[in-house]
Order: sequence, then C-alpha cells, then structure tokens
Amino acid sequence: MSAVTEAKPKIVVCDGNEAAAWGVTLASVDMVAVYPITPQSSLVEYLAKFVAEGKLDAEIVDVEGEHSVLSVLQGGALAGARVYTATCGPGLAFMFEPYIRTPGLRLPMVMGIVTRDTLTPQSVWGGHQDAMSVREVGWIQMYCETVQEVLDTTIMAYRIAEHRDVMLPVNVCHDGNYLSYGAARVELPDGAATREFLGPPSVNWHAALDPERPMAVDPLTGGAGGPGPRMFVKYRKGHCRGMQNALRVIEEVHEDWAARFGRRHAGLVERYRMDDAEYAIMTLGSMTGAAKDAVDEARSQGRKVGLVKVKTYRPFPVRAVVEALAGVQAVGVVDRSVSFGWNGGPLYQDALAALSGALRRIPAMSFIGGLAGADLTVDHFHRVIERTARLAQDGQPGETVWLNEND
Amino acid sequence: MNDFARPIFLEDKLPEIRDSGRLDYRSKTLPTWCPGCGYFAIVDGVTTALKREGIANHEAVIVSGIGCSSRFPFFVNTYGFHTLHGRALPVATGVKTANEALTVVAVGGDGDGFAIGGGHLPHACKRNVNITYLLLDNGIYGLTKGQTSPTSAQGFRTPTSPYENPDRPLNPLLMVLAYGASWVGQAYAGRPAQLLDLIRQAIAHRGFSYLHILSPCVTFDKTNRTYGNLDLQVRDLPAGHDPSDLQVAMAEAMNQEAPALGVYFRQERPTLGQALDSLVDKASGSRKHLAR
Repeated sequence: MSAVTEAKPKIVVCDGNEAAAWGVTLASVDMVAVYPITPQSSLVEYLAKFVAEGKLDAEIVDVEGEHSVLSVLQGGALAGARVYTATCGPGLAFMFEPYIRTPGLRLPMVMGIVTRDTLTPQSVWGGHQDAMSVREVGWIQMYCETVQEVLDTTIMAYRIAEHRDVMLPVNVCHDGNYLSYGAARVELPDGAATREFLGPPSVNWHAALDPERPMAVDPLTGGAGGPGPRMFVKYRKGHCRGMQNALRVIEEVHEDWAARFGRRHAGLVERYRMDDAEYAIMTLGSMTGAAKDAVDEARSQGRKVGLVKVKTYRPFPVRAVVEALAGVQAVGVVDRSVSFGWNGGPLYQDALAALSGALRRIPAMSFIGGLAGADLTVDHFHRVIERTARLAQDGQPGETVWLNEND
Repeated sequence: MNDFARPIFLEDKLPEIRDSGRLDYRSKTLPTWCPGCGYFAIVDGVTTALKREGIANHEAVIVSGIGCSSRFPFFVNTYGFHTLHGRALPVATGVKTANEALTVVAVGGDGDGFAIGGGHLPHACKRNVNITYLLLDNGIYGLTKGQTSPTSAQGFRTPTSPYENPDRPLNPLLMVLAYGASWVGQAYAGRPAQLLDLIRQAIAHRGFSYLHILSPCVTFDKTNRTYGNLDLQVRDLPAGHDPSDLQVAMAEAMNQEAPALGVYFRQERPTLGQALDSLVDKASGSRKHLAR
C-alpha cells in the first residue's frame, strides 16, 4: 500500500514489490503474465491493481502456472510486445524449460526474481539460491540493494535488454522478505521522461512473428542432419557476445540514468570506502546495507576496510571486480547461497576465478549467511571483517564460515 | 442448511470424538488453518474413515501438493509427503505402483489440481490407478492470500482480478467424468456426516476415486463461496440416481448453480496395477518368472 505525500507528489513510500510494479508501469509494459508465489504475490497484485485502475495500459494474463507464464511471454515477445513477469524459488524451478530457451531466442524481456531459498528443506523465505541455480543459462542477472534501486533497475533493464548489441532477457533480483516487504521512501521518475529514456519497445526482428515477413522460429539447428555444427556455434557465440556487450551497455545505461534522473547506481560493481582499503568484503543484494554500516564502524575504529558490491552478476564483471580489488591484501566474500560441490558460495567462486587474472595473488575466503530468510546483521559483518583482516595478515584462507550456524 | 447451524456442545461432542477413534490418526501438530475453515471437517472425515475402514496408520499414505489444503499430511499420523505444487498425483501413482498394499490418498486444492497440476489428472483417471484423490475446492488461492483460482466464479474480485475475474470457472466434475475416473463424487465440508460416508466409499473403491469437496475460504472470500451461499446452493443427487450411467452423471455435473452431493459415477474396471500384471502375464504366459 503506497502513501503518496501531498507536498511532493513524486515521492511514495512503498516496499520493493510495489517499487518493481511501479517500474513496470513506468516502463509502459504491454503485457504481464502472472502466477502468485510467496514472496512475489503482492508484486503481481500491484500490477493487477495498476492495470485495473488504468495506471498501466497492459494486458494481464492470469495463467495456470509458471511454465505457462514464461511461455505466454515468449509468445507475447515474439508478437512484438514489451513483456514482464516476476517469480521465485519453486516457481522459477517450474519455469526452467521455457526459461533456458528465452535467452537463446534472443527475446528481450524483464523478469523479477524476488529471491527465495530453494527446496528442500521447505522454506518460503529469502535467499539467493533460486537465482543462483540458474546463473549459467544466459539471462542477464542484476541484484538490487534498496527499494529505490529495484524501481530504477526494473526500468533500466528494459533498455539494456532491448539494446541492439544485447537483445537478451534480464532478471532484476530483489531479496525476498527484506526488499519485497521492506518499505522505504522512493522517488518516482517522471512518466514522460522515463518514456523518453526508454524509447519505443525494440523488437528483435530476427525472431518475430511478423505477417510481412513470415518465418518459423527456431528450427533444429546444428547436429549431423542440419546445417552442421557451425550454425549452432554461431548462435552460441552470438549469445556470449551479447552477454559481453551487456557489460558496456549496462554501464552506459546507468550513466544515462544518472544524467537524466540524478540518481547514480553503480551498474556493475560499487566500491564503498575502497580508496585506501587494505582488505575488503564483497556483497550481493540487500545485505549490503548492514555490511556498509559495519564497514563504517570498523573505519571509525581505524581499520582500513572497504566494500565491493556486485550488482551485475551475469555477465560477471571480471575487469571491474579485479580493478576494485587491485589494492587489497585480502577479500572476504559473503554469499546468501551455496555452491554444492565447492563447499563455498557462488560469488566466492566467481571472485576466485576473476582474481586469477590479477597481477598478484589476492587471497579470498567464503562466508555463507542469510539462508532461508536468516538475518545478516552488522555483527555478522564485523565477524567477516575480523576474519578477513586476519587473512590479510597471514594470507591463509580458512574453511568456509557459516554465519548463522549458531543463531 | 449445514450441520453446524445448530449449536454443538462440548460435552456432547467429546464422547463422539473419543468413540470415533479418529484421534489415533491425528498428529501432535494442530492444523494451522483459519478458525471456521471447512478443512477441519475433512481431517475429521479422513481420520474417521481410516479408523472405520480398519486401515492402520502405517498402511496409509497421504500425498499432497502445495496450498492450504496440502498442509494436510502435517496434521495426520500416517505416512505423508508434502510434494511440489501440482505434483501430488504422479507421486501418489509412484507410491501405489511400488507398493500395492498401501492405501494412498492424494490431497490438494483447486489451484493445485486444476491450475498448475491440471495436466496430471486426465492420466491418473484414464490409468485408473488405485488411489483416492480428495480435491478440496475453496475457489481461491488461500495460501498466497486470496487470488483468483481456476474454480473462482466469473466476476469474482480478488487481488489478481481487482476489477473482476473475466474467466469462467472450470467444471471439475465434468472434466474427471470425461477423463474416465472410475469413481466420482461430490461432498460439502458443511455436511460432515455425508462427507465421511463419501470419503469411506472413495477409499473403499478399487480404482481411481475422485471426491470433490466444496469448502469455503472464510478469510479471503466473504462474498461468493460462503457457508451461507453454499447452504442455499447445494442439493443431494436425485433419489434413484444411477451411478452406472455416465451420461446422467455428466448431466448432473453440468448444473454448477446447484451443485449436487453424492456419488455421481461408479465403475468397476482393471486398475493400473492389475493392467500392468496382466500385461506381464500376456507377454510371458505366466507370472512364474517373478517367483525366482
């Protein structure tokens, strides 16, 4: 429920789910398909409300499950519409079949993931395991820290997705519980200015159901009986190129957003108090707020610690991460999910891989916390900072630390 | 009129509960449903039916999907599995096929069975897998706080259809009759005595039995499928209804304005387990090879 203040009509107080719905509305989306799931439900309810109230001129399709949600959106995108949905956890898992096909079809669209830990054990609470489980299938994935960032990123995501050099679907991830239901003061950008920022929807004409240019989309490609391996490789390489192009486009779009609307979000990686930092902690999503508070407190005690927040997780901003960490002696990476088989977090793995390209060894350690909605507090980050300080001294990474193990 | 229209006094009720033996089948977990939810009557019905049918706790398996109704296995002291959204029927089919000695009851709601899991129902019906499916229909997504479901009335207002629901509701009974379920009935949570009788018949039936149970969502539906409205709408199947006549059953199922309660259709035919066995017999000439 939003509370529009009288004095400043463009300020609302809302939670992350409503902020995403405002973003979709300001992005003039043509079609939304929905299936409710905790903690996403109120997001699609806001969209249904905005459509019913005439705020958003879109078709809303209330379908029978997430598999159908994304299938409907594929049809809509092929028919030329700007489309949106949001899901999480088991819904995302059920959506997997059309989900892995969407980026290969190069269909630009935006899907919110209101991140939720995955089954089993049964859980309806926040955690990044759902989005992390689909990190390698070719969607762009961006994680938000604040309610305002959810709104702004949802709009920016359409310009990134529809960019000619990208043409890929984008996940805007915001943390279940903490951002989905956490309310904050939010500035609503002007509708006309947002429309100008986005421009008209850009359909990817190489795969569109256009009566002027009839085509059958996605026949069998590659293999022994088809046009040979080269065609398949061409598509795969093109997809990879689109992902790499996205690194540039994401920065450009965030720059333009800052210039037009006066709010600057780091597009790929945010550096916080990193200028003279001797060691750093690395974060993803809403945990960053508490982590920044811990860094501030540690700084006031004379510790030279900084923070690197990864916003764009896929494509992974290798250069930006290495540059951000170039001056530190150690990094502690905090994940809200697990990479099974590595006994660590996925962001930690990516950081290790990226740091292998640094000119010298920068030791890293994995910290895992906030699973299934567990709170990551300032105290938890003090433990991360303390352990990382020791790592900077002795260069000896220890076993993965499970932050909520005794909570 | 439902059975709760007259006051029920604790001292009258307690001996009935003790005598029914149904507490033997209740777990220590108290149901988390809202006060007044019709599902309490269905837990009572299932536990009493298991007692009366002489099925021991370890011989019964309750398999559910996701939703308010799918919390069911938590509250009963039998084997239970809380599966994925919509997937109760394939899991129940697997359990029964692996161990024919078990009594398998699948439980789920209208969203679970007719939206996200709708693709499984025709196949469970046509295979005639020897399980019971209790479909707890409250016409709404209760667990996610009251959105439109596939059995919500046209024009119904919910957070996902804030102006009105543009879709017609499905007709589940007509669907399962067409799919070939070998036992089809309908009950109402407000009439627990009849509900119990129908649950017993459904469990006793050899083959796929489908019991549709109308039940109000007292929290998120204050206007449509309320006890008051259901009391006025429901009727019994006409005296002399012939449950062997599929066409008559379908004609009754088409009257959604006045839902009829009772056994719509009943048919004896080989179950999935029997069909699989006879296939082996046919292919090998005998089942002796299995004795090795």
